[in-house]
Formats: sequence, structure tokens, C-alpha cells
Amino acid sequence: MNLLIASALGVLTGCGVWLMLRARTFDVILGLTLLSYAVNLFIFTMGRLRVGAPPILDPALPPTLQQYADPLPQALVLTAIVIGFAMTALLLVIALRAALQVGSDHVDGDRDDPNREEASR
Amino acid sequence: MSQAPAAALLPLLAALPFAASLLLACFPNRARSLVAWAAGLATLGGCALLAAAAGPVFGGEVLRWSIEWLPGLGLELGFRMDGLAWLFALLILGIGALVVLYAAYYLHHEDPPARFFMFLMLFMGAMLGVVLADNLVLLVVFWELTSLASFLLIGFWSHRSDARQGARMALAITGGGGLCLLAGVLLLGHVAGSYRLDDVLAAGAVIREHPLYVPTLLLVLLGAFTKSAQFPFHFWLPHAMAAPTPVSAYLHSATMVKAGVFLLARMYPALGGTSEWFWIVTLTGLATLLVGAYLAIFEHDLKGLLAYSTISHLGLVTMLFGLDTKMAVVAGVFHILNHATFKASLFMSAGIIDHETGSRDMRRLNGLWKSMPITGALGMVAAASMAGVPLLNGFLSKEMFFAETLERGSGWALGIALPLGATIAGIFSVAYSARFVHDTFFNGEPIDLPKTPHEPPRFMRVPVELLVLLCLAVGIAPAVVVGPLLAVAAQATLGSSLPDYSLAIWHGLNLPLTMSAVALVGGLSLYFGLQRRVDLHQVIHFPRGGRELFAASLAGLVAGARSLTQALQNGSLQRYLALLVVFALAAGALPLLPAGQPAPQAAAALEASPPVDAASAIVWAIGVMAAIATAVGFRRRLLALVPLGAVGLMVSLAFVHFSAPDLALTQILVEVVTIVLMMLALNWLPQESPPERDRLRRWRDAAIAAAAGLGIAAIALAVLERPSRSIAPYFLETSISEGGGSNAVNVILVDFRGFDTLGEITVLGIAGIAIHALLAGFMPAPRTRDAGAAPESDIHPLMLAVVSRLMLPLAALVSAYLFLRGHNLPGGGFIAGLVLAIALILQYVASGQRFVGARMRTDFRPWIGWGLLVAGATGIGSWFFGAPFLTSSYDYPLWPVVGAVPLASAAVFDLGVYLTVVGATMVALVSIAKLGRARQAP
Repeated sequence: MNLLIASALGVLTGCGVWLMLRARTFDVILGLTLLSYAVNLFIFTMGRLRVGAPPILDPALPPTLQQYADPLPQALVLTAIVIGFAMTALLLVIALRAALQVGSDHVDGDRDDPNREEASR
Repeated sequence: MSQAPAAALLPLLAALPFAASLLLACFPNRARSLVAWAAGLATLGGCALLAAAAGPVFGGEVLRWSIEWLPGLGLELGFRMDGLAWLFALLILGIGALVVLYAAYYLHHEDPPARFFMFLMLFMGAMLGVVLADNLVLLVVFWELTSLASFLLIGFWSHRSDARQGARMALAITGGGGLCLLAGVLLLGHVAGSYRLDDVLAAGAVIREHPLYVPTLLLVLLGAFTKSAQFPFHFWLPHAMAAPTPVSAYLHSATMVKAGVFLLARMYPALGGTSEWFWIVTLTGLATLLVGAYLAIFEHDLKGLLAYSTISHLGLVTMLFGLDTKMAVVAGVFHILNHATFKASLFMSAGIIDHETGSRDMRRLNGLWKSMPITGALGMVAAASMAGVPLLNGFLSKEMFFAETLERGSGWALGIALPLGATIAGIFSVAYSARFVHDTFFNGEPIDLPKTPHEPPRFMRVPVELLVLLCLAVGIAPAVVVGPLLAVAAQATLGSSLPDYSLAIWHGLNLPLTMSAVALVGGLSLYFGLQRRVDLHQVIHFPRGGRELFAASLAGLVAGARSLTQALQNGSLQRYLALLVVFALAAGALPLLPAGQPAPQAAAALEASPPVDAASAIVWAIGVMAAIATAVGFRRRLLALVPLGAVGLMVSLAFVHFSAPDLALTQILVEVVTIVLMMLALNWLPQESPPERDRLRRWRDAAIAAAAGLGIAAIALAVLERPSRSIAPYFLETSISEGGGSNAVNVILVDFRGFDTLGEITVLGIAGIAIHALLAGFMPAPRTRDAGAAPESDIHPLMLAVVSRLMLPLAALVSAYLFLRGHNLPGGGFIAGLVLAIALILQYVASGQRFVGARMRTDFRPWIGWGLLVAGATGIGSWFFGAPFLTSSYDYPLWPVVGAVPLASAAVFDLGVYLTVVGATMVALVSIAKLGRARQAP
């Protein structure tokens, strides 16, 4: 299972980085989304993989890691998911506004854009 | 530590000039005589303090005074005065007082005197700090302060470009040397185990044996050599002559350039006495001595000649310390004193000549003897002392120098080189001294001077007269005049007993005397020979080298910085991101390279990895394929969102499988919102990415991406193959007892790490507001093709609309339920907030913006504010119970009908989270949904 999760992480990261290096804002955001999946999953994995042991405590069981999965990375990742969403949304809107204002969705503004349209202002 | 009563004088002495400087900063520039008086009185006050300290210092006592400064770093603000420090303080204050008097007459009526004296006092304070500092770090602080003050003084006439350039060069070189010195001092403190001067000086044996001795020595010497204008750093000094002459007389004869040799003297017991010291210091000194003396002959500028002569004399002192015998150290200290007296008076004479004739060019200044006989006589005596003529102080120390070169020159190479070099330098120095006198006061008539030469005001000459008198007094009766001072200063420098020596004019006919005679005769013949044969006035001799090298390296540095900036920061995000990933890869790989990957520990300690079942294999396959599909098919954007969503779903499933229900819920909800958001945005963005033509770039990016993926996979695998050590048991143990909740994840979020969560919802809120600000009122131009036609004309499917409307109250109920149970079961503010937001968004999707906008007039922006307020107030609330910020308490009150309801104060905090999440998400989505419809909106 370790190999499986590690390889999945690698593929997600690779695809994310590849898309992040593209020249269009939307593609970069797609890449960042993939990359944030990878990062969240990676941090989560650092708490080790446990099946059937969610950290919902049962007073009858001893509160040890033998009984439950590690809750700390989960808590970290939970906020990371939400923050990641906030940043994705913000980036998306910045990209949107920039594209509408500049007339190009190239990451560097309007350089060598073959589809260049008239600027909106 | 002994705190003699006189030691209390030290902080006063050190603070006095700074106080005067501050005071002068408040004076108006109009009050010309007032500021001069203030500066003069401060300096005289310093002299009085120094005189009061003389008793104990001459009695062989070392005065110490200190207070704690940074005790954690072993630093204290302390001052220490022994003979050497006393001698330097005398130079600084004594010559300082004369310079103040001189400057009062020298300054032009357009020069702001308050500013000048303020800088001068600042410099004086810094310089006193250098010689009095009891702590090496403190010494470096004052050392750099002298560089800064000298920058201000050299550039005093800031309207002149040569002044600005000279000031900048002096700052770059002496300041840079100061940085080397700092490094050296840190090493020294590390080696000696203390920064206190007493400890360092006592640890000489340890320092010399230490493997770091050579780097330490080199760094300290770099500091000293740059400050004292030693070859090859000598070139800044002639350029610093753009300073007003009082500054040159003060900084460039008696004080600042002496800081370097002071450091050599100070550090001599700690660093001296090795062959490295001998070779480096002696040869640098010898080279400087010869180069400076040679170049001085060909200068036409009076001050330029004196500057090169100063370089040469500093080289002489450096060489004396380098010779590393007790007697040479005595001679070095003696020459510091002598050089300060005759050189300061010479600079002042040059300044008087400049002031009264309007020129410093020796090709035009001739025959001034007729118009300025008194200045001429004073200048001649001082110049004779510089040349080493008997009956003057310069002769005595130079004689000692000659004797030491003979003494130390063992072996035939050194035995010839050192005395020969000394004699040649002596010849040069007589030649330039002769030129100074002959070319200024004799040698024909003045050539078209801007002013008619005449004697200066009475008191402008007083400082020169006093100094020249001192030259004579020391020269004639050395043992009486300076004997005790020299003894106590040399004793402090050596740190051990003094050698036997006699301060006398006549030691009999011996080799040093012969060398002096040769230098005198040879120098005079050299000068007059040169004048007759080549006519020095015609020689244009620009010393090339240091200055050009400095300019070239400065230009190179700027060009290098520019091209590096260009290469790294060319305005292309693709370049930045590629560099970022490559550097991250390199940084990640670097620690693994040398040792290779450490072997995993015994497998027994490892938790067994969960077995692979069919379901997880399928999820893995779908996730991986969907990710690849996104990466390959990204150009068709709407289509690419499908596999992207699939990846998110598979990640959620992975969370479910690996015991993280909260994460799975959050992930799947965020997934929905994100995809909706992207589809909304695609409404306004091109539907396709244009094809890329640059094949090379694509291969490069693919390689970077593959390397990044492999790297992450390798790290993840490497970590998973090792046993884990977590701090989690603490949270598991205390989640119920202290947090009052059995959902450990939620308890961590709202309780243990509530402050983090507060920060994170703040970020969320800011993002929501920023999105609103970016889009509110923004009117994009009507799109022609790409925008998905007129959105309002879309037909909204009836089924979806009806079902979603039915769903809304149910979803709200689910949301409330998830929120309430969150503390004990999967759920909580984040998840519940997202559920509500999605239910609301679904209305937009199903029925269109116009429909929903007309019915739901909720402004979600205040939700963000209320949410943050509630969360923050919960945290503050705990203060009223005397607990730290965000301490939670809980209870399980029995509610009628409902039963036991967990009521932790953390739940109120979670309510803040909930409100912020709903608010920020809705603001973001509604802002995009409303885009371009501002006109229709009420």
C-alpha cells in the first residue's frame, strides 16, 4: 500500500507541476489544484496509513495510536484544504480579472499572444 | 574587576563627544562662533577628563568600567583605558582641539559650521570608542561608526563630485574592511572564549595554536590594512583629500588612519609573534612604505603629496609592528605619536596655503616665502621632521626604525632587503619633503594664483605653531617630553616588560645614523636632480591600479547583479516557477547525496502497511489516470474539469479508506465548490488553451515535472518505510478530558490549535473580501464568441430546479446537524459551512442568477465579519475567566426534549468558523456569478 500511495503522490505532483509550468493562467490553476491534492495527501500520509481507525474517540478504548489514526495531520490537512480552496478561488478571480482587463490569459500578461483580443478598457 | 574611582571617567569621556554632536545638531548654522566654541569646549572638557585619568594610568593601572549590554551573548558595554588607549585618546582629543580651532577659521562662510562640527564630534566619539572599547564587538561597532562619520566628513562638500566619489570609495573600502574585522573578531572571540579585551589579550598562546589562527589573522589584518590605507588598499586615501583640510589634518594624519595601526598594536599580544604575522605585516608595511613614498614625489597637489606620505609613514609603522621585536613595537608606538604631530601640522599648513592663495597646486605655488614667511618656517620645520632631520621628533623614531630593520634582518635576503628598502624609502621621503618645501616656498614666483598670498589670521596659525613646537621639543629632549608617555603606552602594547632603550639624539656613530645620512643626502640629490633633469612640474603621473581596479570591480559587481537579476527575474512567471521547482528539487536532493540514503531501521519497529485490496487498487488506477488525463487534455478546459473532479473524488475516497472521515467530507465539498467556481470562471475565459509551439520548453517542463513527481514519491516512500513518532497521543488522551469532545480532529481545530484556525479563517475571509473587491463593479466588455452565449437565455432544467429548491431546507438542516455533532463525530464548522454554501450555490446552478438574486437578498459579506468577530470574541471571552486566549470550557447541560447537548465554548468558536466559511464561499461565488450583470442589479 505504501508503494501505491507514494506512486499516486508522484503522479499527482508530476501532473501538477507540469500544468503549473504552462503559459495560461487557467492551466496554472488546474496544476495548483492537482498539486494541492498531492500536498494534502502527502501531509496526511505523514501520519501513516491506517484502515478502520478514525480518531473518533470511544471512552471504552484506550486513547492510544494503536486504536486510532493520528488526528494531528488530519487537523492540519483539514484547514489546508479550506485555505487551498480560498487561494484557488482568489487566484481564479485574479486570473479572470487580469484576462478581462488585459485581453489575454497568458501568465505574463499580453506577451506574444496569438489569440490576442482587444483590451476591455 | 577593579573599579577605580577614575574609571567612572571613562563613560563620561566616551559619551561627551556624542552628546556634543547631538547638541550641535540643534544649533543653527548662523551661530558660527557659538558652534565652534561648543565643539571646542567639549573637546577641552574631554582633555580635562583625560588629564584626570592620567594619574592612575601612568601609575600602571588599567581603568575599567562596564555595564551589561547583551548578557546572553556575553557582551557588555565596557570601556578600558591603559597606556596605549590613553596615548590615542590624547591624540584624538589634543589634535581634535587644535583642529576645531583651526576649522573655525578655515570654514568658508558658505559652509554650514554646525553640520561640520556635528560630524566632527561624531567622528571624535566613534574614534574614542574604538580606542577605549573593552569588548571586541563594541570595538567593531565604533570602528564602523568611524567609517560612517568619515564618509560624512569627506563628502562634506557634497556638491563636488570628487568629494562624493572619494567619500564613497573610503566608505566602501574601510567599511568593507570593517566587515572583515567583524568576522575576524567573531572568530577571535570564539577561539579565545570571550570578547573581553583582557581575556583575548591573555589568550595569545591559545589563539596562536588554534587551527583557525590564520583565517582570524587574515581577517583582522584586512580590517587594519584597509583602515590604515596599506598597499594594495592605499588608493582611497588620496581620493579622500577632497575633504576639507581640517578633516584631512584630523582623520588622515592623526586619528582614523591610525585606527588600523592601533588595532595592530592592540592585537599584538594576541596575534603577534608568529611567522605568519611577521611575513604578512612586514611585507605589507614595506610595500606600502615604498609605494607611498615613491608616489608622493610626483604629486603636484600639496594635500596629495601629504596623503601619499601618510600612506608611506603608516606603512613604516605597520612594518615596525610586523618586525615583531619589543624594540620595534616601542618604535612603532613612538612613530605613531611623532607622525601625528608633524603630519597634522603639515596638513594645516597646506590648508593655510590653500586658504590664503586659492590653490594647492605646486606647479603654481612658488616663492611663497616672501609673502608667508611664518607659515613657511613652520612648514619647513614640520617637513624636516617628516624627512627625518636630526633635532626633530621624526628623526628619532626613524632612527629606531633603521636600527630595527638591521636588527631583524637575519639571513642574507632579509638582511639586505629590509635595511635597503628602509633606506630607499628614507631617500624618497627626504625627496618629497624637499619638494614640499622647495616647490611651495621657493623655486621662482607664484604663477597666476586666484588670491594674493598673505599670512593667515593669527589664531589659524596657533595649532600649527603648537604642533611644530612639540616636534622640536620631542626632537631635542625626548626623554623628558615623551619618555613616560611612550613607556606607559609601549608597556600596554607589549603586555609584558619593556626592552632597554634610551631616548637620545646621539647614540654614537653607527649604522642607523649612516642610513639617515644616506637618506638625507640621497633624497636631496634625488629631488634636485629630478627637478633639473625632468622638471617635476611637467611629469603627469597618474598612479594606475587600485582606483581603476576599484572602479572596475564596482562596475563589474553592478553589471553582475544586473545580469543575475535579469536572468532570474525576467518577468516570466514560467521562468520563476521552473526555477522554484528546480531549486526545491536541488534543496531536497542535496542532503541525501553525500551519505546516500540512510538504511531504514529494523522492520520490526514498523507498523505493517495496510494490505492492498481490489477497491484501493481501482481507486488508485482511476485517480492516476484522471490526473494524467487532466495533464494531457488540459487544453480543452471544460473537459479537463471532469478528470480533475475525478481526482478530487478519489482523494476523498482515499481519506475515507485511511480513517479520516472529516477530511473526506471536507475534500468532497471543497471539490464541488471548486469545480463550480472554475466553470463559472470559464464563462469569461477562453475555452481552450492555444497550442504550444516550443517543443524544447515542453520537454524541459516535462522533465522537471517528472523529477518533481519522482522526488515526492521517493520521499513519501522513504518516510513510510520508517517508524513514526508522533505527538498525537497527547491529543488523543486529552481530547475528551480537556476539550470535551470525542472527535479528536475537531477538538484539535477548535481547541488545541484554535489560534491557528482563527488565523486560517481570517485568511479565508480576506480571500473572500479580496475576490469581492476585484470583481465588484467591474464591467467586462461584452464577449463575442468565447463567453457561453448569453447566460440568461439558458434553459434551466425543471427537475433540477425543483429538486434543488426542495433540498435547500433539508441541506440547511443537515448543515446544522453536522455543525452540532462536529465536536464528537465527523463534522464541525468547516464542513457544515460548506454544506450550506453548496446548497445555496445549487440554487444558482439550477435556477440561474436572476431567479435567485431576486429572491435571496442576503448579503454574505457581513457573515465574514460576524464569523471572525464571534471566533475572536470567544477567544477573548476566556480572558474574563482568567484563562489565556482561546481557552475552552465545556458542559453537557440537559436540554428539555433534546436531551444532553454538548455545549463547549469551543462550539461558539466553531460557529465563528461556520459563519466565515459560508460567508467567504458565498461572496466568492456570487461575485463571479454576478460578473457583468452589475447593470441589471438594483
